[in-house]
Amino acid sequence: MAQIIGSVTTSHVPAIGRAIARNLQADPYWKPFFDGFAPVHRWLREAKPDVVVIFYNDHGLNFFLDKMPTFAVGAAAEYRNADEGWGIPEVPPFKGEQKLAWHLIEQLIARDFDLTTCQEMVVDHALTLPMALLWPDHERSGWPVRIVPVCINTVQFPLPSAKRCYALGEAVGEAVRAWKSDERVLVMGTGGLSHQLDGERAGFINKDFDLQFMESLVHDPRWATQYSIHELVEKTGTQGVELLMWLAARAALGNGPVKRVHQNYHIPISNTASGLMLLEPAAR
Amino acid sequence: MTLPEALKEIPGTTLFDGRQAMKGYALNKMCYSFNSAANREEFQRDEEAYCTKYGLDAAQREAIRSRNVLGLIAAGGNVYYLAKFAGILGLDVQDLGALQTGMTKEQFKARLLAQR
Repeated sequence: MAQIIGSVTTSHVPAIGRAIARNLQADPYWKPFFDGFAPVHRWLREAKPDVVVIFYNDHGLNFFLDKMPTFAVGAAAEYRNADEGWGIPEVPPFKGEQKLAWHLIEQLIARDFDLTTCQEMVVDHALTLPMALLWPDHERSGWPVRIVPVCINTVQFPLPSAKRCYALGEAVGEAVRAWKSDERVLVMGTGGLSHQLDGERAGFINKDFDLQFMESLVHDPRWATQYSIHELVEKTGTQGVELLMWLAARAALGNGPVKRVHQNYHIPISNTASGLMLLEPAAR
Repeated sequence: MTLPEALKEIPGTTLFDGRQAMKGYALNKMCYSFNSAANREEFQRDEEAYCTKYGLDAAQREAIRSRNVLGLIAAGGNVYYLAKFAGILGLDVQDLGALQTGMTKEQFKARLLAQR
């Protein structure tokens, strides 16, 4: 059976793409952020994932308001990045892991998740930047993994609840572990942490909540599911609600104990409190 | 069966719900079109004609004309699509933050740093 080797959750701020393009990793503004990934790179060299299941939210590249799925799973052979309108360089295409994609689709729909399935899908910065942060050599050596994107709507309210996103992640985890294959699967969740781009409250950040949330993923992963979406927006900002992707990724690790391999938290990157966590199942 | 309750307002925050999504559809559709370089150029050649092509209403056109970010949100704009309009103007999300809070960009950045 396939094995889930860990989860990486990270912010996906567009400005990261500009910083990578300009080689600003050692710049004083960016260093505390990029340095946070060194332990993840070391871990990846040992852990050698074959496949990444990545929870992310589209920001108006693949989906528009004409059709807005709550949960969408990619089942494409290839995923391309594209122009998002504000000019960060595009990354090379990703190979899709179609067998796992269809296995997930079958298992999840059997468990009453009413998914949208996509055989064509362009992927935006919320997927490409975290991948580029984990594999900074991708321009030279390509992506060493195949992917299954799972997109969660955080554009148009009502959004799926934290409880529902946790359940989705849990079901994804169980489906991956029941996949007849020897593949090593990494789960990713991208977005957050607290930030708000729109309105007079733009610039809102909530450090106390973010740190409590990160801690909860280790010891009490369902903690954030006590909150409604409205409460999460109030506590973390209109875009801070992207912590839903972190919850889904954490839930995929299952209900057993997890080990925190690494964590980083830094304010601010652009308008955002940036977070990074690497967890692995404790009984590995 | 209980329906979701009316929610208390979060100050300085407009949730992009069905009401906003209906109101802002034309505006957001126009901004979504800015994913294409050819469309960005067409907009820049003749902004008014481009707004007409997408059927923007008077409030939306005025907010586009005056680069009024809060006005664009009030007119149903969603920040993810508006960011593509901001991209044409060479503005990033910190510029947008400054414009919405009445600060200079430096003040807005200082406010972010103060939350460390």
